[in-house]
Amino acid sequence: MDQPIRWRLNGQPARSDAQAQTPLLYVLRNELDQHGPRFGCGLAQCGACTVHVDGRATRSCVTPLTVAQGRDVTTLDGLAARWRQAQGITDPSVLHPVQQAFIDEQAAQCGYCINGWIMTAAALLADKPQASDLELRQGLSGLKCRCGTQVSVLRAVKRAASVMRDVQARAAQVSGRKVRA
Amino acid sequence: MKAAPDAAPGFDRRSFLAAGTGLLVALAVPASAQAEGGDLVGDGQPRDRLDTWLAIDAQGRVLASVGKIDAGLGIPTAFAQIVADELDVAFEQVSIRMGDTATTPDQRGTGSSNGITDGGAALRAAGAQARAFLLACAAERLALPVAQLAVQGGVVRSLADPSRTVSYAELLRGGRFELAYDAKAQPKDPARYRVVGQPLPRSDIPPKVRAEYRFLVDHSLPGMVHARVLRPPTAGARFIGIQALPATPGFIRIVQQGNFVAVVAEREEQAVQAARSVQIAWSAPRLRFAKDYDALYASLRTAPSLSRKVDRSNGDVDAALQAAPRRIEAAYEYPFQSHACMGPACALAQVEAAGVTVWMGGQKPYPLRKTVAELLGRPASEVRVIWLPGPGSYGMNEADDAAVDAVIVAQAVGRPVRLQYARSDATAWDPKGPPGVFRLQGGLDAAGRVVAFDYHSRGYSGRTRPSGTQRYGDTLAAQLIGNGVTKSEDLYQVSAESYRFDHQRVSGELIDWSASLSTGLRTAHLRDPDGMATTFASESFIDELALAAGQDPVAFRLQHLGDARHQAVVRAAAERAQWQPRVGPNPASVAANGSSATLRGRGIAYAPRNGAVVAIVAEVEVERATGQWRATRFVVAHDCGLVINPLSLERVIESNILMSLSRTRHEEVRFDAERVLSVDWQSYPILDMTEVPDRIDVVLVGNQPGRSYGAGEPSTRPVAAALANALFDATGRRLRRVPFTPERLLAALNAQPLAA
Repeated sequence: MDQPIRWRLNGQPARSDAQAQTPLLYVLRNELDQHGPRFGCGLAQCGACTVHVDGRATRSCVTPLTVAQGRDVTTLDGLAARWRQAQGITDPSVLHPVQQAFIDEQAAQCGYCINGWIMTAAALLADKPQASDLELRQGLSGLKCRCGTQVSVLRAVKRAASVMRDVQARAAQVSGRKVRA
Repeated sequence: MKAAPDAAPGFDRRSFLAAGTGLLVALAVPASAQAEGGDLVGDGQPRDRLDTWLAIDAQGRVLASVGKIDAGLGIPTAFAQIVADELDVAFEQVSIRMGDTATTPDQRGTGSSNGITDGGAALRAAGAQARAFLLACAAERLALPVAQLAVQGGVVRSLADPSRTVSYAELLRGGRFELAYDAKAQPKDPARYRVVGQPLPRSDIPPKVRAEYRFLVDHSLPGMVHARVLRPPTAGARFIGIQALPATPGFIRIVQQGNFVAVVAEREEQAVQAARSVQIAWSAPRLRFAKDYDALYASLRTAPSLSRKVDRSNGDVDAALQAAPRRIEAAYEYPFQSHACMGPACALAQVEAAGVTVWMGGQKPYPLRKTVAELLGRPASEVRVIWLPGPGSYGMNEADDAAVDAVIVAQAVGRPVRLQYARSDATAWDPKGPPGVFRLQGGLDAAGRVVAFDYHSRGYSGRTRPSGTQRYGDTLAAQLIGNGVTKSEDLYQVSAESYRFDHQRVSGELIDWSASLSTGLRTAHLRDPDGMATTFASESFIDELALAAGQDPVAFRLQHLGDARHQAVVRAAAERAQWQPRVGPNPASVAANGSSATLRGRGIAYAPRNGAVVAIVAEVEVERATGQWRATRFVVAHDCGLVINPLSLERVIESNILMSLSRTRHEEVRFDAERVLSVDWQSYPILDMTEVPDRIDVVLVGNQPGRSYGAGEPSTRPVAAALANALFDATGRRLRRVPFTPERLLAALNAQPLAA
């Protein structure tokens, strides 16, 4: 028997005895009760299975379990809690700004693909909250939505970007004060 | 079940009955639901029992049940608004249950955008009756005539003395009441709606963004095994034998009947592995498709037809065309398109002596129950079909086929089964929207006035595979196994605009396509069945006629449209788009012809659909050198009568536009003589974020008290035509074959002479 694979899932220790080459998606969904990432193609062509691996948007349907070894994996199921933790927010109803923006903009039809958009946008905006319209479109390029929600998705991501810019600006102020102090 | 978008925990029929108090309203199925399904509606369950009902419990919570499903458009929120308004309770008090054959009425499911029109009407009637009954109870309790009572938030109060109140909950605490449906119950005066018409946010979106919503794919059963299917590699290929069984871990067995093959394993990834490693010998193909689209369209133009239908006609179009001093003619072509849903279909099945349960994600769980009973040779009363939310389905996708596959496998292995299709089982094997060729002719008199209009289509019926699964033979499994017969239905590809010319005819011919039933090119309903294709042909040609008549496209439409509502919608779109009248293509673009400039244009198209009317102005920009183009803006004027939720409606319209833009810009199912070649998102590309328009402006027209018309599909209908007309305006070239790929546009730019 191989050694189990161990990693951190949404900030908690996780392990699996599945074969090393098992796609991470199936382990997350079928062993660890994660429901955000979904099977859409199994070919990394649609993004419905996206998770964060060490903060990077990653297609879990083609990511072998072994890649998770020792890494930090976040799913949509844990995105809000990790955001609150990082921001020191105690109110458990607060969502990640991208999630909240999808509600505010009503950016969903069936919602099957919504995980891919939210997780990809969250990683994108964490890197570059000042991204331009073109950069956002290119950053989200390749994700599929069959219902055709892309216009409202783009509105939601722009709304979230402005929230995240504010957060970044506040953080810069705080660290500036710390430096001065 | 968390998936029921509004259901409160523990709040179901069982708890109502167990509580022994409350109000139940049993209803008959509305006549409109019966019309679509013909004799196949209903399953013999007594309708006067709990077939259709509305329940209010002693806490004042309302559970409404409806024989519809949510294909992703957010209809439960609209249903709850209707019920809340009719009962005068708070929106938050209402839960909606749908799609379970054991607990909800058989309204045949959802199709043809009939959720609000059928389901909403039934709920409105039930609500009105329940409210009347409760008011009568309150009148007795308060010793006041009903006319002196008002209701708000489920509390009845005296108009004269507002301190005298009694709540629905208090009225029901005394006992349990069961009412038979009363068709005479008077619904609320629409002028008094407080919840209907409000832009309430959808109740399912917060759980969807929090990963708390439960889709069909999230459902699991104790002891279940996982299955994948293996389809014949070429059209009609016959199963010969298994050359090598999988040696992969967890493999349980192969289930094979005729040309139906599935692998079963303990874990999901093991089923995938087993499906990849099993080696099967198949015969050579026994059917041949056309080798490409040129060959397909040629065959559609020349093949003998099964039947012909004149949809409408006036005057003598043949004589008028003959006599016309000027005649124009054009041919249009529309391809096979796939539902290509975000998730390939999934289904779960449990086949036991005590009963059979199927969990599926298709639009019509009710007829499927009879199919499963037929397949297993058991009475329908032993079969329960439960719809759970799948990915958006857009018509008859592969969901029903997956459900029956799961039943076949579950019966064979004697354990509960979760069957998940692979991407190719969806893209290559869903029933396709049918292709068609369209011949349009127009005749002008000496003064340049259009006097004759002739529309004729030839194509496959969009119901070669019926639009519900009425019988086992309708399913792909039956066709692969060869032990079931389907009953294909005729659906002529005719357009529906209200133009009036002195002489006109709209007609269609159908060509036999029954040989396709065991293949991935069998045809069935795809969002707004035939609507985008027929309107593409007709509304493109209207622009061609306007040009021939020397008129602006909007002015020409307004002059010839025969229905005032249709004119109003066209006018509304043109006004919002600040339409600049002109004859022929954008002169700036024509001037720039041959240079590397960006060409810009705008086009209009309109269509009615089952009472709804939509007009769309599309704006495009084209890179002259490459043929790359993008729709930059859409203006959509939309009249679907009374709007239940304008916010949800706007999102539904936007989504129709983008899906249709995708179909127009990218989509044709590829094939060769032996097989379907579109198997995934690379071989069947759809719209990308980089191609999305900058804005979509929606203008709601005709939103006033009265009836509502289905809004799930109408705004799909004019999109291809509006884009064709806009591209013509930008470039002076007309594209008459969908999709409008940059390659095709560039070829037209380089080959077609510039239109005058």
